[in-house]
Amino acid sequence: MARFKKSGKKEVPGINTGSMSDIIFMFLFFFMVITTIRQGTLFVTTRVPSATEVQKLERKNLVSYIYIGVPIDKKHGKEPRIQLNDQFAFASEITAFIEKERASRSENDREFLTTSLKVDTAVVMGIVTDVKQELRRVGAYKINYSTKKGKSVSK
Amino acid sequence: MSRKAPELNTGSMADISFLLLTFFLLVSNIDTDLGLSRKLPPLPQDGAIADKVNERNVFVVLVNARNQLLVEGVPTEIGQLKDKTKEFFLNPTNSIHLSEKEMKTIDLIGDYNKSKGVVSLRNDRSTKYGTYIQVQNEIAAAINEMRNDLAMSKFNKSFEDLNNAERKAISKAIPVAVSEAEPKDVGGKK
Repeated sequence: MARFKKSGKKEVPGINTGSMSDIIFMFLFFFMVITTIRQGTLFVTTRVPSATEVQKLERKNLVSYIYIGVPIDKKHGKEPRIQLNDQFAFASEITAFIEKERASRSENDREFLTTSLKVDTAVVMGIVTDVKQELRRVGAYKINYSTKKGKSVSK
Repeated sequence: MSRKAPELNTGSMADISFLLLTFFLLVSNIDTDLGLSRKLPPLPQDGAIADKVNERNVFVVLVNARNQLLVEGVPTEIGQLKDKTKEFFLNPTNSIHLSEKEMKTIDLIGDYNKSKGVVSLRNDRSTKYGTYIQVQNEIAAAINEMRNDLAMSKFNKSFEDLNNAERKAISKAIPVAVSEAEPKDVGGKK
């Protein structure tokens, strides 16, 4: 039996944690690449509807966003509002918004500017139609109805 | 006498990188920019005469304030919309009530019986946005399915796998012919 007896003091060697940081850094870079920094604060709820025939929005730097939904903060009322950049807006302000977005892009890219509409599912079409009419007036014809990928119709 | 430099303690390095990782996880969000891309029609010019479109070539989809569908004058469930749209465009029986077709020569495909049909989508101001997107989605699904079928028969590949030129040809044969009509209340007040 003596064969199995431990001879003398033998410490378990410590686990080398030197490469642990490398692994975590790898994770970090991975997340930095696949995610985007959240821009601005949302003041409205935007639970976008789901659809099956979605396309990916390309050339992110050429996308301007319009959010429509019920204000998160109750003191702004329960009616759906439009949010442009970091503040509430009215449909009539969209013209100025699009002009500003256009001015901040180079001339070659202006025609590719897309407007992404992030609209809450429960919003009624009236306000969306107003926005669409404004966009037509200012000539921003390319739009994208933002949706999730998922089943849309229960059959 | 050579002296060994003391080893750097890297134990806390992992903690620091974890901290950074958590920070990035919190401030960033995974890309969810997906959606249905559409092109709005230009505003009608004053005095311009609207193009006369044959009645049979217009597939009228109305959505009322109660989120009910009226397709070509018939109340329809949203689940049936896709098949109806496909039938309208393809018109397999050459019915005089469905869309007209016209022989066109398209690069890479050759002669193709292109449909002259247009979907006219009209909604009420109180229609739910979710329903509107569902309708848009069903119409898009119909068009995508028709494109896929054509791609399969012509190139033996699905539409997704085609190269740009082939994709363009298919898109020319089956365009996204959806007209979002001028806003108009279609009744059914709540």
